[in-house]
Amino acid sequence: MRSVAVIGASLAGLSAARALRRQGFDGELTIVGAEARRPYDRPPLSKEFLAGDIGEGDLALELDDENLDARWLLGVHATGLDAGAGAVVLDDGTEVRADGVIAATGARARVWPGAQHLAGVHVLRTIDDALALRQDLRPGARLVVIGAGFIGAEVASTAIKLGLDVTVIEVACTPLASALGDELGAAVARLHAKHGTRLLCGVGVSGLTGADHVTGVELADGRHLAADVVVAGVGAIPNVEWLDGSGLELANGVVCDAGGATSIPSVVAVGDCAAWYEPCVGAAHRVEHWTGARERAAVAVSTLLAGRYQGDSVKAPYFWSDQYGCRIQFAGIARPDDQITFEAGDLNEDSFLAVYRRHDRPVAVLGVDQPRLFTRLRRQLEPLPAAS
Amino acid sequence: MLEVCPLAALPRGEARRVESDPPIAVFHTDDGEVFAIDDTCTHQDASLADGWVEGCEVECPLHASRFDLRTGAVDAPPAKLPVRTHEVVVSDGVINVVLNSAPPNLPPGVTTRAAEEASR
Repeated sequence: MRSVAVIGASLAGLSAARALRRQGFDGELTIVGAEARRPYDRPPLSKEFLAGDIGEGDLALELDDENLDARWLLGVHATGLDAGAGAVVLDDGTEVRADGVIAATGARARVWPGAQHLAGVHVLRTIDDALALRQDLRPGARLVVIGAGFIGAEVASTAIKLGLDVTVIEVACTPLASALGDELGAAVARLHAKHGTRLLCGVGVSGLTGADHVTGVELADGRHLAADVVVAGVGAIPNVEWLDGSGLELANGVVCDAGGATSIPSVVAVGDCAAWYEPCVGAAHRVEHWTGARERAAVAVSTLLAGRYQGDSVKAPYFWSDQYGCRIQFAGIARPDDQITFEAGDLNEDSFLAVYRRHDRPVAVLGVDQPRLFTRLRRQLEPLPAAS
Repeated sequence: MLEVCPLAALPRGEARRVESDPPIAVFHTDDGEVFAIDDTCTHQDASLADGWVEGCEVECPLHASRFDLRTGAVDAPPAKLPVRTHEVVVSDGVINVVLNSAPPNLPPGVTTRAAEEASR
């Protein structure tokens, strides 16, 4: 393999480029990024960066003296892939020729339908999103966050600290239930009320009001909440449209095996755009976590260079979230019927460490302000294949 | 010199956070060596005393950058800067730390208490 194109210049793309060089690839390396910026770190966008505590320079992912000997094409989108010809088509009319392609185009925030031209309505995915939102987070303003997932919860937490009046609306009866389960999702969501954020669960949003600028949120039960600012934290859509017609299997993301291999040997996928086969789920499973983008890139690169998955071990998914001064950490994949035990604290305490067990084996762990115990128990997780 | 604790109070494989300014993490490795470094990861606010120690390295509990306990050097991003090390003196069975006078590499948004007070 003499040339590789990495499509995507965020954490997954940069990590893949680094892994290529570290694994001895000395050919031509091209990195294509849709944003005009150099690679930057997104997790602080809902926290320290949104609060104004750190600046843009602090988000840089590259080292000062880092040189990957790559050709960077930033501010251009890939629009097509002709794997047979080894060509990636770009929206500036040019194309990149490469023997191998790493798809790392990530995901984009799902926007609230019909709100594109309504001022004061935001999503949060990019630096530009964060800068625009920060402008609107004025003390005393009324913020409504749609969606009590991690992005929504972190924005609410930052906004409370900035002195806003904050309401979070969640359509599910329990926030975070799909990731943490009902009981622990509810426990973590209690942080909102404890810190002055109103949380409304089990009610959908039927629409936004306002002519040019948003004035409020209409709920499915007929209530109307006045709002100066609205943030939609309602999930992300994988950026895979450029691969339509390429022959790659696309579902919710690029369908891959457990090592990032796609249905075309010269193409691998990693990061938020990729759905790797997950033995614990028994199906392709898209993981949208920072750590996956960082760690799995090396596996995908080894798969690409060897032509197939080499069996490298893939760690259990891990994510963290900082809300209201609390550090939440989770590793593994939980299922609703897992048995939960507490190794520290309990449901009624601010800080606890919970282990999820299946057939008496630890399969996931959740910690709130328990980093030391979490670190230890995370290493004891035993991935259980879905069939067992 | 800062007195930390009796060596016997810090079993091998354990770490202790010292609430100095900035905080320091003291490690007693499985091989019986004692090291002291600044406790805060140079990338983001996380306590390295809560991290995972393997040999002479500690892995940050948040994002898995590893720091060499002997030199403070970091292995791979997200952390980019080394963590400051401090000299350890064990005398009469007591762990002492000689504070490094070099400026610490604290993560963005984190300052020492002294700097915070000075800015008020």
